[in-house]
Amino acid sequence: MVEIIDIINAGLFAAALRMATPLVFTSIGGIFSERAGIVNIALEGMMLTGAFAGVLATFATGNPWLGVIASVLAGGLLGYLHALLTVKFAGNQIISGTGINLLALGGTGYLCQAIWGSRGASQSVKGLEAISIPLLKDIPFIGEIIGTQTPLVYISIIVVVLSYILLFKTPMGLRIRAVGEHPAAADTTGVDVYKTKYLCVVLSGMLAGLGGAFLSLGHLSLFVNGMTGGRGFIALAAMILGGWTPVGALGASLIFGFADALQMRLQSVALLPSQIILTLPYILTIIVVAVFARKRAPPSDYKPYMKE
Amino acid sequence: MTEDNIKQKTRQILEKARLKLITSLTDSIPQTIAVIGAFLIGAIVLAATGYSPLEAYGTMLAGAFGDIYGIGQTLTQATPILFTALAFLLAFKCGLFNLGAEGQLIIGGFFAAVVGVSLNGLPVFIHLPLALLAGILGGAIWGFIPAILKAKLGAHEVITTLMSSYVALYVTSYFVNYPLKAPGWVSQTIPIAASAELPRLLPVTQLSAAFILSIAAAIATAYLLEKTTIGYEIRAIGLNPAAAENAGISTKRGMILALVISGAIAGVGGAGEILGVHRRFIDGFSPGYGWDGIAVALIGGLNPLGSIIAAILFGAIRSGGISMNISTGVPLDIINVLQALVVLFVAAPKIFEYVKKKGGFKWLKLST
Amino acid sequence: MVGITKSFSGTLANDGIDFDVKEGEVHSLLGENGAGKTVLMSILYGLYKPDQGKIFVKGKEAKIENPAKAISLGIGMVHQHFMLVPSLTVAENIVLGSEPEKYRFWLDSEKANEDVTELSRKYGLEVDPKTVVNTLPVGVQQRVEILKALFRRAEFLILDEPTSVLSPQEVVGLFKAIAALKQQGKSVVFISHKLKEVCAISDRITVLKRGRISGTVNKENIDMEELAKMMVGREIPVVPLQNPFLQEKVVLQAEGLKAFDKRKMLGLKSVTFKVHESEILGMAGIEGNGQSELIEVLMGLRKLDEGKILLNGKPITNASVHERIKSGFSIIPEDRQKTGLVLDFSVSDNLILGRQDQPPFAEKFYKLNLEKESELAQELIQEYSIQTPTKETPVRHLSGGTQQRVVVAREFSRQPKFIIASQPTRGLDIGAAEYVRRKLIEMRDKGCAILLISADLDEVLALSDRIAVIYEGKIVAVREHSKTNELEIGLLMTGAAND
Repeated sequence: MVEIIDIINAGLFAAALRMATPLVFTSIGGIFSERAGIVNIALEGMMLTGAFAGVLATFATGNPWLGVIASVLAGGLLGYLHALLTVKFAGNQIISGTGINLLALGGTGYLCQAIWGSRGASQSVKGLEAISIPLLKDIPFIGEIIGTQTPLVYISIIVVVLSYILLFKTPMGLRIRAVGEHPAAADTTGVDVYKTKYLCVVLSGMLAGLGGAFLSLGHLSLFVNGMTGGRGFIALAAMILGGWTPVGALGASLIFGFADALQMRLQSVALLPSQIILTLPYILTIIVVAVFARKRAPPSDYKPYMKE
Repeated sequence: MTEDNIKQKTRQILEKARLKLITSLTDSIPQTIAVIGAFLIGAIVLAATGYSPLEAYGTMLAGAFGDIYGIGQTLTQATPILFTALAFLLAFKCGLFNLGAEGQLIIGGFFAAVVGVSLNGLPVFIHLPLALLAGILGGAIWGFIPAILKAKLGAHEVITTLMSSYVALYVTSYFVNYPLKAPGWVSQTIPIAASAELPRLLPVTQLSAAFILSIAAAIATAYLLEKTTIGYEIRAIGLNPAAAENAGISTKRGMILALVISGAIAGVGGAGEILGVHRRFIDGFSPGYGWDGIAVALIGGLNPLGSIIAAILFGAIRSGGISMNISTGVPLDIINVLQALVVLFVAAPKIFEYVKKKGGFKWLKLST
Repeated sequence: MVGITKSFSGTLANDGIDFDVKEGEVHSLLGENGAGKTVLMSILYGLYKPDQGKIFVKGKEAKIENPAKAISLGIGMVHQHFMLVPSLTVAENIVLGSEPEKYRFWLDSEKANEDVTELSRKYGLEVDPKTVVNTLPVGVQQRVEILKALFRRAEFLILDEPTSVLSPQEVVGLFKAIAALKQQGKSVVFISHKLKEVCAISDRITVLKRGRISGTVNKENIDMEELAKMMVGREIPVVPLQNPFLQEKVVLQAEGLKAFDKRKMLGLKSVTFKVHESEILGMAGIEGNGQSELIEVLMGLRKLDEGKILLNGKPITNASVHERIKSGFSIIPEDRQKTGLVLDFSVSDNLILGRQDQPPFAEKFYKLNLEKESELAQELIQEYSIQTPTKETPVRHLSGGTQQRVVVAREFSRQPKFIIASQPTRGLDIGAAEYVRRKLIEMRDKGCAILLISADLDEVLALSDRIAVIYEGKIVAVREHSKTNELEIGLLMTGAAND
């Protein structure tokens, strides 16, 4: 009988980091979109499409890195669609997001069957190989966690840093924050509100696509229908929990990733049924949203900005 | 009443009905265009992946309405999505986004199954209503939680309803894999007692009395919204919460009621599926009825009676789609793609203004 | 500015106005609500285009199509409602759109902070560039807005009602800053309705009344009463109505009302008044002096911090909106489209708004009696001459005057005991306005107690039995209509005198 103490080891934390990575990318994507004032609940669909595009491109070219690029582009394309519907046509952000999610689910399933003849999963493709960082991996305990991982894990850390810099240390980031919070004020100082929103929503799609690439190329090496399994929504929760900041999102994603990794290992311990543990991230999200509801979310959410 | 009076009254009623029909038709132009547009783009997708759109749509149509079996299955598919559409639209009328109809449906089905499986030995006219009530209760509870969080804490219902769907999925999955699991490989309960079954309407098909219930629910929802005080208040809150507050209407109470009733309706949908179609609770029995409901509600013009038509349309797409898949090999997911396209078209009504401005519709007329 | 004329849907907001400002001068624009002060300056700032007239900047004619053009000409405007991003710092708000950069992409925060500090020192507008704007008191936020304009090299500053959001100490600070700006050779236009302040700060005062200039006065010749006359004086004195129905009985009593407003400042400082049966108590005052808070508190939409409200002797301080309506409260809200009507509801649905859950419209606790609703609608449409194609027509399609009739019909037909009429004739043409006033008198005659809150001094003078003046959250005076005139009220409204 496996004891609970046996599962707390470096492997658990390494798995937590892996489970967190797609959330990191996607939640930071969500941050950019919401900071610019557009709610993006289509992260799930953008992630899924990214996962699919990555596998498709890798299948066609044999190179998983081209797959990653395809993921980013595919996510960005859906981001552009969302921006078009919500910014240019001032459409309802929730409905647009829902539509994109449905489109991604149906579209990827359709193409999966059309291309590989199976609705459930694609063929296996070459996945991203894990790499080891020479000095890092030799550090006891920490080294086991962070020393050897898929390159995307390391890229995610870089993304966190870059996002922090972009959002808080560049003029562009300042304008993004202004546009999201008080578009009229930004407008009167000459900031192009529409362009800023577009850029941010497309960026959010690109990052979500990258998150999807991790799921299909970095983790499994194939595409499975609906493989995102709600992670796009958990990423939204991570964004809220992290207070709409990149570092916060990283922390929140790690928490969720840890829960996920723990849940998988607990199955062998038979302490709690896996289904119950699986509910925990969602319940945690509900609690977070309820408790932090009054906490300042970028206030111009849900209202399209109309130039007078 | 004299004969003249009767004639006059009849003429008045007919006139009123005629006017209503005309306004409904003209009001549904955007939705009709959305459906046509979705099918057009779907045709492009089909052609691009090597399938013949005509063949695909043709077999879909034949499968959906070609014979009694097809019609029966179409209506069967329409039933649960009509329920979830009503759930979404009721909440929407109050200004709320209920994205958790899926979960409310699942819990409703689960509660109904529990009652259906236990409480043996009851006569059907007690057992069946009890099971249905259990479904209502389950859905209502699942709608109440996000409702109270919104009213008391301002928690945005988009996230809370969404998350609650996943919780519903996993919690019921647990029950059906462990405590309530029937012997065998499948994650399901034992069959419900015969006294809790909703009778089948058409032999060979799965069409059950749940369909009748769904129509009744649509009528009831329309009645609720238009002819009751609570419906009036819900609509007022949705259209202008400030004016409603000024008039003494409690927006908090209204929102809670809207979400709870919305959940209850979805719950009945779940109960209908379990008691009428599957006759037991099966893990994952809903292939996303909650999401379909949103598309149906939108295409139905956010109107209960329009939703009936939209539900039948989508039900036809689903059941016809299965035939289409069998005879032409077109992947089933084209159904979901069509549905998604419809939602996207309806998301931004301004698209039509834009296209009109650029003379888009002229192009359509020219090329047909 | 020469010969500036501007109309908005038929109303003449500016009528042939000539206005000039010299270098290093503080020139104030004084006038009541709707006199045209903000419109004139908005034209200068490029927010509106004048129908007629020309603008000359430093001798050269200028066509100002938008604020960007105005800014490039050195014109800056500080609005009543600030355009500041709450979570950004002072410096970030000021440099937004023209941020200093280091290494191409990096925001040079240090330089931004330095620039702002230098600027603030130069003009004596003390700010800490690193503080986040939403933690700052309003007075400091205003300084940030001024600095924003100065950062963009404004030589000419327009301040629109700048003291309406300031505490007395902050006003002193603002005046010091204006003096410093003057010293630096900047010109300032000070738009205000507050007589005392305008007299204290200005080199020249131009008074606008109903879109026209009613007089310009130099610093040396300032006479407050003269100015008040210019502001509110009427050629034809308003004759107050007779009221043979006035009773002794007190219907509504408000004692010591204290309440915070949206900005957590004390919007109502201690308001006490009574309204008698068959009486119209007019509340005169420029908007923004506590009227909105007073209305919200009376209706139950806002919590009272301190104080009591009694209806016919019974305390209703803690009653809900619904309970107050049931007890006989009624309100004509100042923004009928925002809070008075559900625009997408039909005329008949709007006519039962507030009563939809009471008999005879509600039966068996849930059912709407649509017949009764229809009957009522028919009755009221007739009685109040509501011009609508049918009773099912959405109210959105009706004219402003007709919409107001719907509101009036709904509120008055309930036989209320107490009516709050807030800006009841705003945006209405003469005929519609007359109708509303007539109806108010009718209700008064029937025994209703009416609180009339209006920025239209004429209206208040004509209809009220007694007039209370509200200024900065307090009632500064109450007068019998026969014992006062518009000059006195005007002075009181602008804070120039109090009891």
